[in-house]
Amino acid sequence: METWTFGFEGKRGPERLILRRRSGPFDPGAARSISLATEAALIRATGARGAPVPPVRHICDQADGLGEAYVMGRVDGETLGKRIVSDPRFDAVRGDLAHQCGRVLAQVHATPPPEGVVLKTIDGVSELDRYEEVYLSTGASRPILELAFQYLRNHLPEAAEPVLLHGDFRNGNLMFDPQAGLVAVLDWELSHIGDPAEDLGWICTKSWRFGRPDRPVGGFGDYADLLAGYAAAGGRPIELSRVRFWQMLGSLRWGVICLNMYMSWANGTDRSVERPMIGRRASETEADLIALLEEGL
Amino acid sequence: MITHPRAEELVEAVAEWIDQIRPGLDPRNAFLGRVAVNALATVGRELAKGAAAEATAVARMSEVLGRSSNYDDLSGELCARIRAGSLTVETPGLLRALSEMAVAQLAIDQPSYG
Repeated sequence: METWTFGFEGKRGPERLILRRRSGPFDPGAARSISLATEAALIRATGARGAPVPPVRHICDQADGLGEAYVMGRVDGETLGKRIVSDPRFDAVRGDLAHQCGRVLAQVHATPPPEGVVLKTIDGVSELDRYEEVYLSTGASRPILELAFQYLRNHLPEAAEPVLLHGDFRNGNLMFDPQAGLVAVLDWELSHIGDPAEDLGWICTKSWRFGRPDRPVGGFGDYADLLAGYAAAGGRPIELSRVRFWQMLGSLRWGVICLNMYMSWANGTDRSVERPMIGRRASETEADLIALLEEGL
Repeated sequence: MITHPRAEELVEAVAEWIDQIRPGLDPRNAFLGRVAVNALATVGRELAKGAAAEATAVARMSEVLGRSSNYDDLSGELCARIRAGSLTVETPGLLRALSEMAVAQLAIDQPSYG
């Protein structure tokens, strides 16, 4: 995926824009991610429901000669988790961020998928199946991950009415402003249909807390504020244990992804030094998973 | 082990050299240089603490499984028995053993994680 920033002088005067463009081929059947046209359609649809998203200016077609791509307005703000969690510039707004995240997720979840958009449906079982398959394919022998798979399968929440999910709602994909707070939800490529608690649990997954493990929501807020914001914006009540199920599945998923990053180095797909180092991050998820297994959901 | 220099010192020397040349690198390579320095720091910690961490893990896994063997064998059996459902979070001592192993590994991989 390519992201280009550029200036544009048009009828509206000078504008700062972003081009998102796929550099390689896209196989909608095999890919976990959605097409860029779908991504743009979801940004427009959730924006129309009040969610803070970048304005989509143009969805490219064949005549543009850019392949699969779209253009959006550039939004200013901070995406680096460490700064949002600890930079004094965010001190004034930090206390409100978890509530804001809850409100925005309720807006996303209330958005009917736009007509013609086909999204995958994922639930707890299919997610566990998927990542267990990846885990087994790595050939790694990790008792804590095994125990987490077993535990989560034995603690599956009852089926929830499936809704539109962002699918990757966490620090890094959220843009924050020191005054306004959450100003843009970015990176919609993992959007799908599923359990609303999945999005709430993912931002509580401990790997995105950047040195503030005491603040479960992204290192900046508490569960209660996230859930209160969600309810305040009309979201259906969600039990904390359900959020923690998905939080735990989030740690497990990230642990398996870390192992798979190492595999991509080991099998020669990507020989960057970054890959095996991310592989060593699997142990952070093991420490987090053991703590959750000890506490229970 | 060989001294003058020790393996830890070789690792330290290479990391220092990467840090010295990093300011002159393009942004992508400067980033990868930082990752490489972190990788060497991990190797340094594993050289210092790896043997003790593995010995602890072998001891804890042996207690849970009731037999002695090497790390790979014990870890493999632990996985197989969890997979088969004969070991669970209710199994006495299992969580405590795994927790101790996780803490020791994290101290090597990412001591600042929290």
